[in-house]
Amino acid sequence: MTLRDKTADETPRSWVRAVLYDATIRGWVFQGLVLLALILFAVWVVHNTAANLRAANIPFGFDFLNMRAGFDISQKPIDYTLDSSHAQAFKVGLLNTIIVSVLGIILATIIGFVVGISRLSRNWLLARAATVYIETLRNVPLLLQLLFWYKAVLSVLPGPRQGYVLPFSANLSNRGLTMPRPIPGEGFEIVMWSVPVAVALAWAIARWAKNRQAATGQSFPVFRASLGIVVGLPVVLFVVLGAPLSFEIPELKGFNFAGGMVVHPELIAMLLGISLYTATFIAETVRAGILAVSTGQSEAAFSLGLRPRQTMRLIVVPQAMRVIIPPLTSQYLNLTKNSSLALAIGYPDLVAVFAGSTLNITGHAIEVIAITMAVYLALSLITAALMNWFNARVALVER
Amino acid sequence: MRSNTFKTLLLGAVFLGAGAVAASAGTLDDVKAKGFVQCGVNGAGLAGFGAPDDAGNWKGLDVDACRAVAAAVFGDPSKVKYTGLSAKERFTALQSKEIDMLARNSTNTMSRDTQLGITFTGVNYYDGQGFMVKKALGVSSAKDLNGASVCVQSGTTTELNLADYFKSNGMTFNAVVFEKQEEADAAYDAGRCDAYTTDASGLYSIRLKMTNPDDSIVLPEIISKEPLGPAVRQGDDQWESIVRWSHYAMLIAEEFGVTQANVDEMKSSENPEVQRLLGVGEGVDFGTPIGLTKDWAYNIIKGVGNYGESFERNVGEGSPLKIARGLNALWTKGGLQYAPPIR
Repeated sequence: MTLRDKTADETPRSWVRAVLYDATIRGWVFQGLVLLALILFAVWVVHNTAANLRAANIPFGFDFLNMRAGFDISQKPIDYTLDSSHAQAFKVGLLNTIIVSVLGIILATIIGFVVGISRLSRNWLLARAATVYIETLRNVPLLLQLLFWYKAVLSVLPGPRQGYVLPFSANLSNRGLTMPRPIPGEGFEIVMWSVPVAVALAWAIARWAKNRQAATGQSFPVFRASLGIVVGLPVVLFVVLGAPLSFEIPELKGFNFAGGMVVHPELIAMLLGISLYTATFIAETVRAGILAVSTGQSEAAFSLGLRPRQTMRLIVVPQAMRVIIPPLTSQYLNLTKNSSLALAIGYPDLVAVFAGSTLNITGHAIEVIAITMAVYLALSLITAALMNWFNARVALVER
Repeated sequence: MRSNTFKTLLLGAVFLGAGAVAASAGTLDDVKAKGFVQCGVNGAGLAGFGAPDDAGNWKGLDVDACRAVAAAVFGDPSKVKYTGLSAKERFTALQSKEIDMLARNSTNTMSRDTQLGITFTGVNYYDGQGFMVKKALGVSSAKDLNGASVCVQSGTTTELNLADYFKSNGMTFNAVVFEKQEEADAAYDAGRCDAYTTDASGLYSIRLKMTNPDDSIVLPEIISKEPLGPAVRQGDDQWESIVRWSHYAMLIAEEFGVTQANVDEMKSSENPEVQRLLGVGEGVDFGTPIGLTKDWAYNIIKGVGNYGESFERNVGEGSPLKIARGLNALWTKGGLQYAPPIR
């Protein structure tokens, strides 16, 4: 017996049946019901929260963002004074989070790749050292490591008056690394603009070299040429324009250094902790990626006459990257989120500044936490989107 | 720290999850039903105000405020459960009903009193913000601190007073802000900051925790008014009265010389003010109208003592802090502690 024998009878009853048992229609109906339930739930949550807040005499709204913040933040990448608003404090916190995340990601990637490859090395000592490093740091909670590094940084470094004097008027003490601050002079923006121009030029050369090699088989030292252009062009321009850059030298005044730039010990400890920790996971990812490429691939490359470096660059790494990048993305996301542990050691990130001082001063817990969560979500989604784009580019196209 | 952020989120979730219950539902009934007062105190432990002793029992002036309320409600000061809170968590914990009252060296300010849905019930310690510096710096006044790095705890009035003080004196500074008091203490101890700032009472207590307490001195300037006191949720007038009058009862007891030791003898006192305080005599009952018994104040004094006794025991001469009464003396002795009459 068939349920949907349309040729047999065309009565209205069977039409109803057809609709009832149609998988597509049924799918839409049930999905619609679930969606409706979700929306109703969200409305109920929002309404109930508002009602409870009203009942508890707690005002709700985002006007507090325009109120004067009135507290100081130790690391200020943009203009921020005591008279700035909470919105400005939010931006400072956000930038500090981005600074520590981006620097952390760069450092963790470099350390991770070096250690991951070292662990595969034939050099016994190097491989074992890498193993010990990975197994130790990977298995200790990050918060403890951060507290350890902060304590270590503070106890190793002397006070500002006894700080280590470094070249170029830099000084390292427990108040941080103070350095001269560059002040761009007239014409410096030309030097700045020459950098993207040089990069575009290098890209054009790489393209031309690739086409030429495809056509004629002749190779061209792309890397050296690109490096020459990217470094050379700005330097030449800088010299021609009469070195339009001066420096504000930090001076020891009273308790601390005044002027110049400072890298605070909190940032140093933060970067040490977060990048050394995340690097262990990246190292394992890299090792897994390289091991995933079968030795037959290298052997085939050698038999085609490719040199070991070419084999690595053209055969092994592209295939390893396909395995490495997706878990690498997760590690980058973890690192970004873990940066919120910064408040334990006084680094003024978003959670410390906005979900800390601002939350406490204004008391708008729900609004502040909602904004903070939205920011981390947005940062993670942006990171993931970038990495997915990169993944799509390096993914092996199977033919 | 992560766990605290998590806690804040949880507290937020309490608002979401709880049905639309009127905030004025009787806290006293809830407390009686569960059999104890849930009291929010200083999680980091501030010696003299709220900190566990060697045996793990909470001791301090703020802790006595909780114990007094428990004594008034149950006749037993030990019926308190303590929730250790950071500066950041304290008001949310109160708002979300995680605790029944907050006694965590919290400053009464206008915005807190009017915008957070909480009410301060009085002042159990008149404090002011001060600075502590390393002796080696050779600084004798807070006015010499231009350019200094200052360690401070986040989410406190201290953080704002610090900024105001330096600004109004035309000085610059660099605030190094920590979420927890222990972390700020440790950073100052390690030399990260030139100065440490918090309420003067706290400075004395924190100085004792340093590796070498004698290396640090507390500067003479007091740069702010910090009236510290217990707080309750807005909208429950009965509970607010109980917490408010528990403090007043301790003040009145001190004023009329009623102590933990002599409270039973004082029951036969001829002084009508004392009789009203202790609920002695025909028709003398000020407890029942606020949901307590007529001997509510007797229970407080019997269980906790009067304000003077509590002060001496926790922060005064009988404690390592040795803080003078100063502003916290009774009004009859030149201080600010003043209770309305029981009548």
